[in-house]
Amino acid sequence: MHHTIEVLNLRFTYPDGRIALHKIDFVIAPGEKAALVGPNGAGKSTLILHLNGILMGEGEVKVCGLSLAKENLGQARASVGLVFQDPDDQLFSMSVFDDVAFGPMYMGLSMDEVRLRVEKALEAVGMEGFEGRVSHHLSGGEKKRIAIATVLAMEPEILVLDEPTAGLDPRSRRRLINLLKELPMTMLVSTHDIPMVAELFPRMITIDEGRIVGDGPTKEYLQDQAFLVGHGLETAVPW
Amino acid sequence: MHFNLADQYHHRESIVHGLNPRVKVLGVVLYIFAVGLLPEGEWLGFLLYFLFLIISYQLSGLEFFFVLRRSLIALPFLLAAFAIPFTTPGDEWMKLPIIGWTITETGAIRFASIVIRAWLAVQAAVVLISTTRIPDLFWSLSALGMPSILVSTINFMYRYLFVLADEVLRMLRARSARSPRLPHKPKPPVLWEGRVAGSMVGSLFIRSIERSERVYSAMLSRGFDGRVLVKRKFKMKQTDWIIMVAVIAFVFMSQGLIHLR
Repeated sequence: MHHTIEVLNLRFTYPDGRIALHKIDFVIAPGEKAALVGPNGAGKSTLILHLNGILMGEGEVKVCGLSLAKENLGQARASVGLVFQDPDDQLFSMSVFDDVAFGPMYMGLSMDEVRLRVEKALEAVGMEGFEGRVSHHLSGGEKKRIAIATVLAMEPEILVLDEPTAGLDPRSRRRLINLLKELPMTMLVSTHDIPMVAELFPRMITIDEGRIVGDGPTKEYLQDQAFLVGHGLETAVPW
Repeated sequence: MHFNLADQYHHRESIVHGLNPRVKVLGVVLYIFAVGLLPEGEWLGFLLYFLFLIISYQLSGLEFFFVLRRSLIALPFLLAAFAIPFTTPGDEWMKLPIIGWTITETGAIRFASIVIRAWLAVQAAVVLISTTRIPDLFWSLSALGMPSILVSTINFMYRYLFVLADEVLRMLRARSARSPRLPHKPKPPVLWEGRVAGSMVGSLFIRSIERSERVYSAMLSRGFDGRVLVKRKFKMKQTDWIIMVAVIAFVFMSQGLIHLR
């Protein structure tokens, strides 16, 4: 059991010179579920892309105890499942089967094993029997669940999701939250959905303008109205 | 609203639907070559190849008018052959009323032959795409040895064509929503409207590039390393061999008969 995410002194500058991340530091313990919150443009997605080496900044990123470097990217990508915000980016194949099988195929598994993985992954997200469907014709909620299945099929130890509930209707959102609740992996989820954070994630990491401005128990931060307003996270509940 | 080209015939069952897609692709390519090789004015030959198509409709359960409608898609390309009846040298056959252009007999025959060949070829292609699911079609291209980089390019094009079309649709809708017209007020200048259309194309281009980068990241995240993996999907069955041999025999015998006569 070493399913940790360790980010040490990470900095990243965009090609145009804009600084996206200043000195990011955090450690997520095995099995821990943490939320990553912050306003648009705070650097959440940029940070997430560092966790499996799509982007490489200065500083150190360790996943499962493995320090990310060019030589071990393949291994890191097998252990970190990254779910992108727009399922149309994640589902690039012609059929649901091809998409879910993509990761396992590149892991060099046998065809029988791949088929088994696809079946298990689709079952886990409640989308059995969708293998032959074309991704383009699915609804938003269905696409999202298939996108998660494409990552589950690799049986990653760490799951990283970028705004999983964005654009979902309440029922699809509820299904997704229940799904995330059941999944046993170490999890880091970037989101604007504060009610979901309150329900699912005991720990909340807040970033704003490329810096970590808060990291600790979700309950405490959600009661600190000045903090929420200060970082654009206030969630008025007028009803 | 989504753009949707899913075919209502894809999920039917017939001998043709059940064929190995490789056989269908090879057969159709062979058929199109053979149609292209038919000499001008070889009406019996054209009829023979048309009968071949009719048999394939029968075997695949496609309706003739469905294929006919679909085959009209190639009509605009025939404009390229439009000048032929007037420019081919030969005996005068008829004069167009009013404009007074003359049509030569060889020209008319050549034009009719080109139209028929094109129409037969397109119908064969329509049968192929109406009875083969698109993923299987792409699979068979790579199974037939088409370079995987080409196959995946077509694959991505097909996958994202619809996403792009949806995006265009949304942009057009957003434009119409903000294009009010008040009575007694002048329309905006055409040049300005042109500039708007131009910048829409430009932003579509940028969005596509950005999307391609995100898609590539998503592929890398799941272990993509530059190789394109092809799964084994279909095995050749007995019917596949029989149909394959039948198509090859038909093409070679008919071509032999026509050209040696």
